[in-house]
Amino acid sequence: MLNVGKIEEGFVLDHIPAGKSMSIYYHLGLDKLDCTVAIIKNARSRVMGRKDIIKVECDINSLNLDVLAVIDHTITVNVIKNAEIVEKRELVLPKELTDIMKCRNPRCITSIEQELPHIFYLADPIKELYRCKYCDEKNSERDFN
Amino acid sequence: MRHLMNPMDFSVEELNRLFDLAQDIEAHPDVYAHKCDGKKLATCFYEPSTRTRLSFETAMLNLGGNVIGFSDAASSSASKGESVSDTIRVISCFADICAMRHPKEGAPMVAASRSSIPVINAGDGGHQHPTQTLTDLLTIRALKGRLDHFTIGICGDLKFGRTVHSLVNALARYADIHFIFISPEELRIPGYLRDKLNENGLSFKEEVRLEDVLPQLDLLYMTRVQRERFFNEEDYVRLKDFYILNKEKMELAKEDMLVLHPLPRVNEISVEVDDDPRAVYFKQVQYGVYVRMALILTLLELA
Repeated sequence: MLNVGKIEEGFVLDHIPAGKSMSIYYHLGLDKLDCTVAIIKNARSRVMGRKDIIKVECDINSLNLDVLAVIDHTITVNVIKNAEIVEKRELVLPKELTDIMKCRNPRCITSIEQELPHIFYLADPIKELYRCKYCDEKNSERDFN
Repeated sequence: MRHLMNPMDFSVEELNRLFDLAQDIEAHPDVYAHKCDGKKLATCFYEPSTRTRLSFETAMLNLGGNVIGFSDAASSSASKGESVSDTIRVISCFADICAMRHPKEGAPMVAASRSSIPVINAGDGGHQHPTQTLTDLLTIRALKGRLDHFTIGICGDLKFGRTVHSLVNALARYADIHFIFISPEELRIPGYLRDKLNENGLSFKEEVRLEDVLPQLDLLYMTRVQRERFFNEEDYVRLKDFYILNKEKMELAKEDMLVLHPLPRVNEISVEVDDDPRAVYFKQVQYGVYVRMALILTLLELA
């Protein structure tokens, strides 16, 4: 069993569906931070079978976690201070997403003008449905960058 | 500064003011003949649409303004690879207001986000065509005196017809509107529109035979089955003449029912219906000019 030590301050993202941790790593911009990041892939889980875990040692106000709700709202976000869990943060779907998903509609203006940001708005929070701001086409699983 | 991208950009109250203005223009055209003296409209049409472009140009000329622009992408800098964002920045230096048609969905929205002049979406692919919806609403309001308490039959291509989806969304904001959707199975309204109508508790039913529902209708909105929306020529040929409104069918309709059509029509309305006083699709074209005049004045804050 692999052991990764406690962190003093930061986040532990738990119950990430196995295989999604690297996508989260890039979408949270962790590759651009110089803090300590531990990625645990395919950890054993009684509930999920296999899961991924990410530990990030950073200032808790330095990360925007909105995108996690879009990737999977069942991910658990533990906020750590002084090596203790001080908060379990609930994930809320952001109203707008920029360059998180890509519009695949071949009739959309984004298909020919490459420099445009891909912006999606939350059209139905219950169905977790986002639509492209330009063409109103709904997102699908494969629209994720 | 405001733009018009979607017919729902205006509230019901704002639409009322716009239609009041359009009807005043109809009644007193001379009063408005110089309202736009010295102003220029740019019609940036990246795909041909003679009717809509001429309607916009006529609207501006009627107001005393001038018109510049291009009528297909080949004669614009788009053929050299210029982006919509750059084009609108350039156009903003020449004109006071812009009407843009583009085959790509959302292109006018991109233009509006970079523009220093009001932008009107004059049609973006199969997405939105707000001035057509405003035209339809104004025609109904001017000829019926109201926009509520109607049974409206919408007939033809209800799957791909963007004018239909926009009109349904726009009319759904008024009281006591009952929709009857008349189409072949293959061209029924899309699921999302059906869900939306159900969620909002709106009254509607779907039928296949036009004759069965004609006597109930206060308004009949006919649409064309568009070749360009089909991937398969066989399906187009099979469905294009599914409905033909003729004199015989018109006998089943109420004496004050109105027949509307966004035009161009192909075979779906027989020419023998044109002389029937209930056929108002050519009047609709005239109302299109009035509503565009009212829109130009409103967006230029000259109303």
